[in-house]
Amino acid sequence: MLPQTSPDAAPLYVRDAGDPRRRERALDDLSTGFRRWRLAASLARLDIRNRYRGSVLGPFWLTLSTAIMVTGLGLLYSTLFKLPLVSYMPFLAVSLLVWNTVNQIVGDACTSLIQSEGIIRQMPLPYTVHALRCVFRNIIIAAHNLPLIIVVFAICGVLPGPAALLAIPGLLLITLNAFAAAILLGMICARFRDIGQIVASAMQFFFFLSPVLWKPELLGTRQAWLPLNPFFVLIETVRGPLLGTGPSALIWACAILYTAAACGMALAFFIRFRGRIAFWV
Amino acid sequence: MAHILADRVTIEFPLYHVGARSLKKRLMAASRLREDDSNRIVVAALRELSFAVAPGERVALVGHNGAGKTTLLRTLAGVYEPVGGRLEVAGSIGSLIDPSAGMDADSTGRENIILRGLFRGMPEEECTAMAAEVGAFSGLGEFLDVPVRTYSAGMAVRLAFAVATLMAPQILLMDEWFLAGDADFMARARERLEALVQGADILVLATHDMSIVRQWCTRAIRLGGGRIEADGPVEEILGAA
Repeated sequence: MLPQTSPDAAPLYVRDAGDPRRRERALDDLSTGFRRWRLAASLARLDIRNRYRGSVLGPFWLTLSTAIMVTGLGLLYSTLFKLPLVSYMPFLAVSLLVWNTVNQIVGDACTSLIQSEGIIRQMPLPYTVHALRCVFRNIIIAAHNLPLIIVVFAICGVLPGPAALLAIPGLLLITLNAFAAAILLGMICARFRDIGQIVASAMQFFFFLSPVLWKPELLGTRQAWLPLNPFFVLIETVRGPLLGTGPSALIWACAILYTAAACGMALAFFIRFRGRIAFWV
Repeated sequence: MAHILADRVTIEFPLYHVGARSLKKRLMAASRLREDDSNRIVVAALRELSFAVAPGERVALVGHNGAGKTTLLRTLAGVYEPVGGRLEVAGSIGSLIDPSAGMDADSTGRENIILRGLFRGMPEEECTAMAAEVGAFSGLGEFLDVPVRTYSAGMAVRLAFAVATLMAPQILLMDEWFLAGDADFMARARERLEALVQGADILVLATHDMSIVRQWCTRAIRLGGGRIEADGPVEEILGAA
């Protein structure tokens, strides 16, 4: 028999309802959870494999459907907006891909804890692992779309310069937001099962409200209001650098501000309600 | 030293999704919001349980279905946080509560063993070593590389049992599922369990099988309606054999 015991089973743990030490326990959950990212990554890989089991294209179906969307919408809207196809197409491809990723993350975040119900009620695992699993899963899916961007850029003759590397901090911000969403929405949706539906319709609303299909310049002087839309700000931190229209300092500041707000809110919720999650799922 | 100390531990399950508390209704009946906390429908699963378990004790939890046996095991394992009282558990915990916890039906037996190792926080090389040992013990042979979805119920129990019992915890929490399995396997399983039980400082076992209780346990706690009805040596609680 292998001589091993779980390193996570603290030799002593005390649960005192009169002195819950919520902050300490939540921070401990986060640090243990991040140290066990390997488990989350393995679970995420399994999720992807199981979801597309027996499918020929697997996650590339999403790439294909986005490719069709980009072609169709590109032809239509470049005519409607009277924009040259070669300048509109790269914009649309990047916009749609980033939006799809954000949309999927938000939708998936709503079930990050509910779908791990079986595990949550059987073993004391850090909840952070379930949130990380959700984030990793979406990163893997999003990565399948990269070839599409390269193809569109090659066809339209767009060659992003070194400034395109600024998209990486943008992607990092989105990832941070994804984690915050997986914790925050995961908890709220586990408690109130209606929120998932509300979030889904809100996302549809934001799709049309955000400059995904249309260029922000079309708003004219009202562009000034756009930074209030967190989805626009986050999309722009990735789209701007890739298209060579580097986002302004204001956009970066807003993006960092919104991310900090999301993380702060998620942390506050996590500290306050962490102990209740097992009863909610 | 391993020990368990429970002082008026209370667990209540709120009934959220029975209609009374959906957010929709809350939004519609916002005027009743303030009554909310007192009006919450809760099921008292464990009510002010106080007990202490010292090293070397073998405790049986007995009682009817719904008495709170499994809930108490899960609380000891750290799944549920008490809403009242204080619980102190010292020692590494091994739980045999649900055989299929963390099993992925689409993965092969071997992949599931490695996954379980990761759940326990073991490094990957150890997981692979564990897969070899579990594979040998379970006697699944070539089925080890077939998805668990295709297993018969007996084979699934074998795999679950072999994976779950490969540990050396100080505190062993056990539900009675492990008694399933075919006769040939049960003989080997019994041997493994007895070794595991002997190696552990503390055993907490929830069961309906009184012969197991008499054989393995030194102390019995009878639960009823979430309370301790009786607590003492096995003969005293169950009556002389």
